[in-house]
Amino acid sequence: MALGPSFVRAWRDFASSDVFHSFRSSKVTVAAAIVTAIIFAACFAAPLIAIQNPYDPANFDLGVAMRPPVFFGGEWTFPLGTDDQGRDMYSAILYGTRLSLVVGFASVLLAMAIGVTIGLVSGYTGGALDAALMRTADVQLTFPAFLIALTLDGVVRGLIANKILPFDHDAIAVPVIVLSLGLAFWPQYARTVRGAVLVERTKDYVNAARIIGVRPWRILWRHILPNAMGPVLVIATINLAVAIITEATLSFLGVGMPKTQPSLGTLIQIGNDYLSSGDLWITVSPGIMLAVLVLAVNLLGDWLRDALNPKLR
Amino acid sequence: MTAFLLRRLFQAAIVMLTVALISFVLFNYVGDPINAMVGQDTSLQDREKLRQDLGLNDPVPVRFARFVANAVQGQFGLSYRTAEPVGRMIIERLPATLELAVVAALFALVVGVPMGVYSGLHPRSWFSRVLQAISLIGISLPTFLIGILLILIFAVGLGVLPSFGRGESVNLGGWTTGFLTVSGLKALILPSITLGLFQLTLIMRIVRAEMLEVLRTDYIKFARARGLRGRAINFGHALKNTLVPVITITGLQLGQLIAFAIITETVFSWPGVGQLFVTSVYSADMPVMSAYLALIGFLFVTINLLVDLLYFAIDPRLRTAQAATRTA
Repeated sequence: MALGPSFVRAWRDFASSDVFHSFRSSKVTVAAAIVTAIIFAACFAAPLIAIQNPYDPANFDLGVAMRPPVFFGGEWTFPLGTDDQGRDMYSAILYGTRLSLVVGFASVLLAMAIGVTIGLVSGYTGGALDAALMRTADVQLTFPAFLIALTLDGVVRGLIANKILPFDHDAIAVPVIVLSLGLAFWPQYARTVRGAVLVERTKDYVNAARIIGVRPWRILWRHILPNAMGPVLVIATINLAVAIITEATLSFLGVGMPKTQPSLGTLIQIGNDYLSSGDLWITVSPGIMLAVLVLAVNLLGDWLRDALNPKLR
Repeated sequence: MTAFLLRRLFQAAIVMLTVALISFVLFNYVGDPINAMVGQDTSLQDREKLRQDLGLNDPVPVRFARFVANAVQGQFGLSYRTAEPVGRMIIERLPATLELAVVAALFALVVGVPMGVYSGLHPRSWFSRVLQAISLIGISLPTFLIGILLILIFAVGLGVLPSFGRGESVNLGGWTTGFLTVSGLKALILPSITLGLFQLTLIMRIVRAEMLEVLRTDYIKFARARGLRGRAINFGHALKNTLVPVITITGLQLGQLIAFAIITETVFSWPGVGQLFVTSVYSADMPVMSAYLALIGFLFVTINLLVDLLYFAIDPRLRTAQAATRTA
C-alpha cells in the first residue's frame, strides 16, 4: 500500500486543522452531517433496500392503493403505506429523495460551471464584454431564481408544443429541470468569481506568470481560480439547499418531475389531493423527509460559511 | 440627486426593455400566433395571407415596437387555452394577488418588528432563543410545506379556517375585494401567513441585528446617561434608527411576495395571477406567460425605483454623502 502513509498523514493534517476543529466543536453541525450522511447512503443504496422499483409501472396495483402506514394501523408489507396508484411510499420516498439530490447536485454543478466561466472571462477581459455580462447578471438577480426556472420550464414546454423540440416532456424532465435551475442560479457565482479575479489579477504572481508567457486561460484556470474557490464552495453548499427546495416547489406546482418518475415534491403534490379526506401519509412522510434534508444541508452550509470565512459573519 | 435619479431611471428603462424583449420573443417565437388562431385545415396560402395581414412579416424592430405599444395598453392577444383576451384575464385576477401580497407584507411587518425588537433587547433570554429557532425553521422550510402544514392544523385538524379559495368577494367597480366579507377575511388568514412567514423571519433577523448594533452606540449610552426612560431610548432612538434597512428590505420584498404568491396561490387554490401563470406554464400558453412576465417585470422595476427614492428621502446622510463626493 504505497498510498497508505500519505493518506494517514493527510487525514492527520485534516484532523488537526481549524476547519475540523470548528466542525467537532459544534454539536448541531455534527448532527446535521450525520443525518445528511445517512440520507445520502440510503439514497445510494435505494435499489438494494427498497421494497419495489417505484418507476416500474408493473408495480402499480390499484388493489392495494391508499393503504395506511404501520403507525396508522397498516401492515408491514407497506411500512409507510401506499399512494393512489398502489405504489409503496417507502420505496417512492427513497427513489424520490435520490432524484431530488441528483437534480440538486447536477443543477448546482451546472450553475457553478456557467457562473465560474463567465466570472473568469468577465473579470479578466473587462471592457464591454464584462459590462454586458454583469448587467445581464444584475437584471437576472432582480427576479427570484424560482420564477426564472419556472419560466424556462414553460419555454421548453412551448418549444415542445410547437414541435421545435422533438421530445416528450416527461422523457426529458430531468435535463430540463437541471438546465432551468442551472441557468437560474449562475449569477451569484459569476459575481463572486469576477470580484475575486479583479483582486487577484493585479497581484505579483499573476504578473510573473504573464511575463514568462503563460497563456491567459491557463493563468485563470490554474492560478487565479484556486484562490477564488473558497467563497464559490460556500455559495454552492447554500445553493444546494435552495436548488433542492426549488426543484421540490416546481414539482409540487406540477411542472417539474412527472408522476411516473416522482421526486419528493411530486409525491407531496400527489398526496395534496387527499389531505382533506384525512389520508395524510402520502404528503406527510415525503414532506418530513424534504424538511429534514433541507434543514441538514442548510446547517452544514451555515457552518461551512462561518468556518471558511470568518469575515462573512 | 438629479444625476442619481436619472441614472436609476435609465437602469429601470434598460431592465424593462430587456423584460419586454424576452416577453416578445416568448410570444412570437416560442408560440406560433397563427397556429393559435386558425384551424388544422387552413391552407398554407391562407396562413401566409393572415401572417401578412397581421404584420407578422414586418421587420423585427417594427414588430417589437408594435408589441410594446400594445403591451402598454394591456393587449397581449388571446390565450391559447381559453381564447379569452389575456389582458382581461390578468386584470380580473390581479386584485386577489395584490390583496394577498399586501396583507402578507403587513403581517410580516406587524409581527416581525416586535419580535426583532424583543430579541434584540434581550438576546440571551429563552424566548429569544425560541424565536431564533423558529426563524431558522421558517427560512429552511419550503413555502408550500408551510402552507400544507397550516392546512393540516387549521383546516383539516381544527376545521376553523378554509383551506382553499377566496371566500365571498365584493365587486367595487372592477376591483373585487375580499376585505368586506367575513368569509373573505377568514380565507385570507392562512394564505397570508404562508406567504409572509419568510419575510417575517427576514425582518425579525434584520431588526434584531440592527438593534444589537445600535444599542452599542454612544448616543444610546448618552441618552441613558441623561436619564431617559427605557421606552424612550428603545423606541424613540434605537428602533427609529433601525428602520431604514427594514423599510428597504420590506419594499424590495414586496416584489418577491408577488412572485412567490405563485406557490401560495397554488397551495390554497387562490384565484390570482400566480395560479394563472402556473396553469399557463403547464399548458405552454405563451400569450399569458409573456403578459405575466411583462407585468411582474414592471412591478419589480417600479418597486425597486420607489424603494431607492424612499431610501434617499429617509436617510439624510445619503444626500450629504452624495453632495460630498461630487464636490470632492
